[in-house]
Amino acid sequence: MKVNNFGYLVKEGFRGIFSHGLPSFAAVCVTVACLLIVGSFSVLMYNVGIMVEELNKTNEILVYIDAELPDADARSVGTQINRIENVQNSVFVSREEALEAFVAEHQGDSAFSGVEATDLRHRYVVTLMDNTKMAETVVDIEEISGVANISAAYELAEGFSTIQSVVRIASIAVIVALLFVSLLIISNTVKMAMSDRKDEIGIMKMVGATNGFISFPYLVEGFVLGIFSAAVAFGLQWLLYDLLVARLAAVDTLQLFSFVPFTRLLTPMIITFTAAGLFVGIVGSLNSVRKFMDV
Amino acid sequence: MIEFSNVTKAYTNKDREVHALCGVDLVIEDGEFAFLVGHSGSGKSTIIKLITGELKPTEGSVHVNGYSLDRIRKREIPFLRRTIGVVYQDFRLIKNMTVYENVAFAMRVIGAREEEIAERVPYVLSLVGLEGKSDSKPDEISGGEQQRVAVARALVNNPSMIIADEPTGNLDQDLAVDIMSLLEEINNLGTTILVVTHAKDLVERFKKRVIVLDKGLVVSDGMEG
Repeated sequence: MKVNNFGYLVKEGFRGIFSHGLPSFAAVCVTVACLLIVGSFSVLMYNVGIMVEELNKTNEILVYIDAELPDADARSVGTQINRIENVQNSVFVSREEALEAFVAEHQGDSAFSGVEATDLRHRYVVTLMDNTKMAETVVDIEEISGVANISAAYELAEGFSTIQSVVRIASIAVIVALLFVSLLIISNTVKMAMSDRKDEIGIMKMVGATNGFISFPYLVEGFVLGIFSAAVAFGLQWLLYDLLVARLAAVDTLQLFSFVPFTRLLTPMIITFTAAGLFVGIVGSLNSVRKFMDV
Repeated sequence: MIEFSNVTKAYTNKDREVHALCGVDLVIEDGEFAFLVGHSGSGKSTIIKLITGELKPTEGSVHVNGYSLDRIRKREIPFLRRTIGVVYQDFRLIKNMTVYENVAFAMRVIGAREEEIAERVPYVLSLVGLEGKSDSKPDEISGGEQQRVAVARALVNNPSMIIADEPTGNLDQDLAVDIMSLLEEINNLGTTILVVTHAKDLVERFKKRVIVLDKGLVVSDGMEG
């Protein structure tokens, strides 16, 4: 393909879209539908990831301080805890604050009426950056002088990590499968459009067109249809997502599921839709055009 | 120049080998005008397909315009085809393009600049007698005119050879003579012409070299009359 041809071939790509309006429209509809499903799974995966991460953050470690340690020393243990790599932050809770919380929790329970602050210990509420490394971090904290014992829910942390991994793998599997299905559908749609142009391609070959010259307009067509479909699907996804989130917010029993606003998903969604649209459009077109390239 | 040396072409049809050509020797020199005649199944189409690189010989060698067709690489075939103009019985014009665009299309394929196209296409259209038809679509002109467009398209890249496969098959007698006369004029300008035809009257009328094929063999080769 020569440079002289570039503008002409791009123009031909656009001409192809409009002169074969019905197959182009069908290809856009199919791509939009597939991208919407792929997009829905992507936003679901993203939201579940955020939810699990938020839940995981509430899985804190309680570090109890030796009762014999003077108050000033107990407060300085926090500095050493914060130095540990996996610790996001640690909040000191004095035995008096702990008692207040205890009383508030067990109000009206006469069995705990005689509990004094001195019966409790100073403690730190420690939040980790990565809960999968909880066991190693607990070992590090135990080595700090003044730490009496630690209460950590390992099973819960592992459970959250497992849920996150399962959701991630399942969503990726569904997305890959759907992209593959979209590719097949687009390939067939473009193939149908190309059978229409079989004679035109035959004439091109007869007058000495190279495979690059013949396939370039179809590449442009696939690119344009892919980008256009991605833009339409992105707009629809945004609209449907906002509608769904508004509906869910109105249902009291579903308050547990807090979906993030779509604006927070803009960057990953733009990347997902553009990549998926281009992949399906270009690979689908090239896959179809290959069949017509035999001499 | 076309040169076939002991060319055999065999097809496999339902596990049976069918020989379309059986040891054909043939030379058509640059600047010649030749008719290729024969019944259906005599091997005419196979010869055309071997010349344009659509098929490779099973045995023997085919040389066309400096290319060895028995050894040609796939990516060279478009360049071979640019040295040959082909005209078909059914014209093979692109319906949604104008006459001008149909002819210009062949130049665009080889990467010609727009200024060259704008200069060459009107000239070639005037050579084939289609001045004033530039903006017409193929279905707005007669069969004879459509075949002239096909000839113009074959001619526009200045090929050294034009192959016309039954070019008058869809035309009445007068138009057929017109097209043959046009091809003769093009031959007078130095272009090699090979016409595949069934039309005996045209062959007799134009008195050129006639190559007769039968069952894959050249059974006669000489000047008419």
